[in-house]
Amino acid sequence: MTTAATGKPLDPSTAEPFPILAQGLLEDSQMRKNVRHATDVIQNKRRIVVGELPEWQELREAGKRIREHTMRYLDRYLEQFEAQCTRAGGVVHWARDAAEARAIVVRLAREAGANEVIKIKSMTTEEIQLNPALLAAGIHPYETDLAELIIQLGQDHPSHIVVPALHKNRQQIREIFRREMNLPNLGNTPQDLADAARLFLRDKFLRVKTAVSGANFLIAETGGVCIVESEGNGRMCLTLPETLITIAGIDKVIPRFQDLEVLLQVLPRSATGERMNPYNSIWTGVHAGDGPKSFHVILLDNARTRILADQEGRQTLHCIRCGACQNACPVYRQTGGHAYGSVYAGPIGAILTPQLQQMEHAQSLPYASSLCGACYEVCPVKINIPEVLLHLRDQVVRRKSALDPEALAMRIMGIVFRSEARFRAAQAIGRMAEAPLVRREGRGEGWIHWLPGFMGGWTEVRDLRAMPQQTFREWWENRSKPGAHDGR
Amino acid sequence: MAGEAREVILQGIRMANAGLGRPLPIEDDWRLIPRAFRRTRQTPQAELLAQLVHRLQDYDAQVLTVDRDGVSNGIARLLQARSASRMLLPEGFPQNFLPPGFLFVTESGLNATEIDGYAGVLTESTLAVAETGSIVLQNVPGQGRRAVSLVPDYHLCLVEAADVVATVPEAMERLQQTATLPTTFISGPSATADIEMTRIKGVHGPRFLDVILMVD
Repeated sequence: MTTAATGKPLDPSTAEPFPILAQGLLEDSQMRKNVRHATDVIQNKRRIVVGELPEWQELREAGKRIREHTMRYLDRYLEQFEAQCTRAGGVVHWARDAAEARAIVVRLAREAGANEVIKIKSMTTEEIQLNPALLAAGIHPYETDLAELIIQLGQDHPSHIVVPALHKNRQQIREIFRREMNLPNLGNTPQDLADAARLFLRDKFLRVKTAVSGANFLIAETGGVCIVESEGNGRMCLTLPETLITIAGIDKVIPRFQDLEVLLQVLPRSATGERMNPYNSIWTGVHAGDGPKSFHVILLDNARTRILADQEGRQTLHCIRCGACQNACPVYRQTGGHAYGSVYAGPIGAILTPQLQQMEHAQSLPYASSLCGACYEVCPVKINIPEVLLHLRDQVVRRKSALDPEALAMRIMGIVFRSEARFRAAQAIGRMAEAPLVRREGRGEGWIHWLPGFMGGWTEVRDLRAMPQQTFREWWENRSKPGAHDGR
Repeated sequence: MAGEAREVILQGIRMANAGLGRPLPIEDDWRLIPRAFRRTRQTPQAELLAQLVHRLQDYDAQVLTVDRDGVSNGIARLLQARSASRMLLPEGFPQNFLPPGFLFVTESGLNATEIDGYAGVLTESTLAVAETGSIVLQNVPGQGRRAVSLVPDYHLCLVEAADVVATVPEAMERLQQTATLPTTFISGPSATADIEMTRIKGVHGPRFLDVILMVD
């Protein structure tokens, strides 16, 4: 089977390469149908609400420039956020990597006396694999987003940034809920399932005193945090508990409150195809008599400063996690998210995951693309994903040994192509070398069906046409010779 | 150790950015961000309000438009239709709007379970955005703390025509002065599309949202 449903978190450092995972998943026709349906629906909704805004391109450009500006002054904005958040009664922590972040969360939860926490959907907590760490510390995390609840109860993995359970259909979800919530008579309309989730979680919201969240935006100017959501589980987690622990990548900071005028327009329209998602919460530190008495923000690096140092790769950090590139990607739409072996799937995952792994792992992901550019076109902050994909492919090749067959072949081709004589010789040799491989008669005449060794990968799925008996140069040179025009 | 992580991260950022240079002071560079989109829209108010009503309805909210004298009557009609008799009020809600015949309790320091015991909540609002059908609540008298407008299953919200703006940029500009107050944007009742992208009304937030739009 696939990596799904094993309960182990998606870990790019141990995941199989994309082609191997994809091959298994492509056989799961139910999953593919579910993914295709969901991404079709979101894309259509997005198209309609984006069309309502005549200034969409201007908004994208503003979004891009806000993110670029932020990254250029990132240290200043983080310091400003820290100062303002602290002034408002929040406590700011810094974590260099996933392990540090996990340790801080566990320590804070213990200090709050928590043996259970409620969680808002957060890809950052998935990235740092927080839930297993909490469980190991004897603290039970309850996912409260409907999709994350489906994933948690089904011991599954998120396959999309915004709608993590889009690979499951209603019957599959009903089976999970029936089993895990002990509801033998549960119906299978989406409404039945949402009602079951409401009842299941209501008691947790009213009882559990500690919450863990991610963040959509950290506002440097005010020290405020903004979370964008749909179900109200976010509002519950942000409002009712006594302690709130928010984990955010350092890339989540924005300069000013006013910048939300752009981001709160492009994010909902891109993410769920809504003019505005049902709920946005903005809060600043601790507010007496309203919400948690104790508020912590953990600013997570986890290789982000390394990405920032790469002039071509750094635009990856502009991402505001809308998932539009996933819905638009012809590769993602076929394989679903689990083929990427990372919580960040699709085009953004193909560039973010290997960089978060500092190019040590997930090296197959930059190749999980046809470079069609659909992702770039829908990106609300104009991240040129195909450009970064190519850049990362270059990085992958550079990391390969000089004796790697492909690298070696490319180097030899470079040598050959630089000289006319060598090129002519190579063509002549090629015609001779291919001779035993070319079909001479019957079906497929003039085609090569099988290549030896590592080149065999090419002919596994397609045929290769034999080289022509005469090259263009040869024909050109011969045409002035007597008799060459006879055929006309 | 905590201080060390902070320094390492900030130093890492400075090194990563060293090659770029920062020719301008941070404020000047921020001002250079092009914002060539509509900040506002010159629309007759009636049109603006009609758009707000349409957008609210589009996201499953029920809207009643009344003049100031009709508010009390409007509240009574909606509560009756919802069969909601025990309603919670945030502190500072104008008493003159309250119709007779219903139980209104002004909340002070209730815990979440106690709030959950009420059928609904009645609040005012800070502003509304016509283009997106959003209503903004802040922690001020008449709107109260966030838990009060969240836990009950039914939210009845008053919006004044004068507080309706056309666009999101206009809304953010109006909110700038009170940006640090707890703030909630509400666009329709709580919803999810997590199951087969089917929009389902009502998950954890109030499942029912009614809006009374007050025009002069």
